[in-house]
Amino acid sequence: MTEQITGAQSLVRALEHAGVEVVFGIPGGAILPAYDPLMDSEKIRHILVRHEQGAGHAAQGYAVASGKVGVCMATSGPGATNLVTAIADAYMDSVPIVAVTGQVASRAIGTDAFQEADIRGITMPITKHSYLVTDAAEIPRAVAEAFHIASSGRPGPVLVDVSKDALQAMTTFEWPTELHLPGYRPTTKPHGKQVREAARLIAEAERPVLYVGGGVVKANASTELKVLAEMTGIPVVTTLMARGAFPDSHPLHLGMPGMHGTVAAVGALQKSDLLISLGARFDDRVTGDLASFAPEAKVIHADIDPAEISKNRTADVPIVGDAREVIADLVVALQAEYARHPADYSAWQDQVQSVAKRFPLGYDEPSDGTMSPQRVIQRIGEIAGPDATYTAGVGQHQMWAANFIGHERPARWINSGGMGTMGFSVPAAMGAQVARPGEVVWAIDGDGCFQMTNQELATCALEGIPIKVAVINNSSLGMVRQWQTLFYEGRYSNTDLQTGSDAARIPDFVKLADAYGCVGLRCESPEDLDDVIEKAMSITDVPVVIDFVVHRDAMVWPMVPAGTSNDMIQIARDMAPDFGEDEL
Amino acid sequence: MTKHTLSVLVENTPGVLARVASLFMRRGFNIESLAVGPTEIPEISRMTIVVNVDELPLEQVTKQLNKLVNVLKIVELEPSVAVERELMLIKVRADSQTRGQVLETVQLFRAKVVDVAVDAVTVEATGDPGKLSAMLRVLEPFGIREIAQSGRVAIGRGGRSITDRTLRSVPGGSSQTA
Repeated sequence: MTEQITGAQSLVRALEHAGVEVVFGIPGGAILPAYDPLMDSEKIRHILVRHEQGAGHAAQGYAVASGKVGVCMATSGPGATNLVTAIADAYMDSVPIVAVTGQVASRAIGTDAFQEADIRGITMPITKHSYLVTDAAEIPRAVAEAFHIASSGRPGPVLVDVSKDALQAMTTFEWPTELHLPGYRPTTKPHGKQVREAARLIAEAERPVLYVGGGVVKANASTELKVLAEMTGIPVVTTLMARGAFPDSHPLHLGMPGMHGTVAAVGALQKSDLLISLGARFDDRVTGDLASFAPEAKVIHADIDPAEISKNRTADVPIVGDAREVIADLVVALQAEYARHPADYSAWQDQVQSVAKRFPLGYDEPSDGTMSPQRVIQRIGEIAGPDATYTAGVGQHQMWAANFIGHERPARWINSGGMGTMGFSVPAAMGAQVARPGEVVWAIDGDGCFQMTNQELATCALEGIPIKVAVINNSSLGMVRQWQTLFYEGRYSNTDLQTGSDAARIPDFVKLADAYGCVGLRCESPEDLDDVIEKAMSITDVPVVIDFVVHRDAMVWPMVPAGTSNDMIQIARDMAPDFGEDEL
Repeated sequence: MTKHTLSVLVENTPGVLARVASLFMRRGFNIESLAVGPTEIPEISRMTIVVNVDELPLEQVTKQLNKLVNVLKIVELEPSVAVERELMLIKVRADSQTRGQVLETVQLFRAKVVDVAVDAVTVEATGDPGKLSAMLRVLEPFGIREIAQSGRVAIGRGGRSITDRTLRSVPGGSSQTA
């Protein structure tokens, strides 16, 4: 007779079979049966977080850093709903996570039972797929499918909701060797004809741009991208999700496009006659006003998700496929095409390089002796170097981190791009650090973001996860304040957080760090900056939190005002770049 | 905007109707008519969805539908090469004086009476949407008391079947390795 085990044991065994090494979660009533066998698992490390949202973001950080599926676990009702923000974030940024939630007993479903929430219904629009399992025998198959779906094609979050009675029932365990998913067949191999057509357009183009998105990082295609760029000499822009996919130090790299992109990157897209979009999705933060975005450009749009192609901007050559395979095939097709039709983009290269030289990223140092937030972030990047992992929250510090850290390697930059989830960085750093033990992980955070999820410092301190948190403390919700400065006549409605040195300083981040068993440091003067960063770098056994008290009025530039054309880019307040003769 | 009839083959699993319907809702498309029923293959259900959209958004919603794991196949049925039918039950006021005229109308439209009461008859009619609305117009003066109408179902003309290829991938057919 086959071994009889509980559904809960079956769940843990299924997770082990799926290759899970780490689960971030919190137990509660409905999921409680699963936590008992989890205690005995020798393969799975469970990390007890302090809030389920932290578990979700940690799973995301872990997934990006490890290249595997991140797993978070929560109980029914509020436990599950606390995961919702992280699931939505993972959906927007295509991060492979599996969320396992407990559900009330199947006979109680639909009765408004204690801690009952229809989490499958709630998450339907923000998951790639979801399961409600009420039969213990179904657990292994649901888990196997969930991991396959989360990690293949365009990655994304999958929810597995398991009722308490299914966890408690007796069952047998059989790991499915074959999955039956007739409606799920992602296309990874690009169509040869489309690739050849793309090569033809590239050879004919005069002002092409490689518009690189997060898909290139997910497809692990940085090596192929470098080959393509260097072989063709086509300028590269990397979106917020793709920072690091192509080295910032590379001469062909123009930086990040979009609302806070570089003048060269934004201008190159606007003046291009051919956009070669690789794993990017023409997000509104990149395109600005769609009607006036890259008006002269034809579009080659390669993406693994057919629904992204021609969603916002009609593609002239659609290519469905995995970015790595697309780029590799494109290199081959281009060699043949160039043999017949040699291309010369040197005039275009000169033009974009000249703009890049004239309008480099920069910032003004405050005249009152306070610290500029940009310099803090830049120095962290220089001291910690390109091998460190950087996570960010959302807002000004995120844009500065995207622009002023020298991103040289893929999957070292982990942020909340599509969803813009404040509070992302600390738990994401925690997950990344678990995936990369012994490496340096910096959470670049703001004083607003930090206060949303900093309870995970307790998790980090107790679990031996020595992340470094740089709180870029401008005592306010900085990006909102920037918009209030620019668009609301400086009426600062509800953006003053009073965490700065001349304010109430509530909370005191150094004391808070201390209370959580972390090392708390403070830096208020530019002279101390390097020493404080070096000190943080020297602490490798406990988490470090640094309160970088920075100038309050620093703003993120360049900026394309929301909803306007990219042609309206400003390099400083009321200052449009003067392109001079060779107008870009 | 133009009307499009989509035949969507889905796995017959719990929640699939909610997935499809909510996808239309959140992408901003109005479903004009929706009918769901079994097919000749027990594991597969067929949804017939009528939407009022332009060509480009239709392509987008089709692609989004295709991303649903339980959706097996989507075919747009052109009215010229498909048979489209709706079923309608109409309760019409009909006393001894008007009953004759009502019955005459019912016969004209090749509908049938399925229930008779002293003051009303219930008519069952099937047809394309044009025929049903024409019949309603004629019955209107007698006094329509209640209508129950099904969503539209549609099937392509000719010998080909849209389930043919899908059939091969149900249990026993090709599948993916974990």
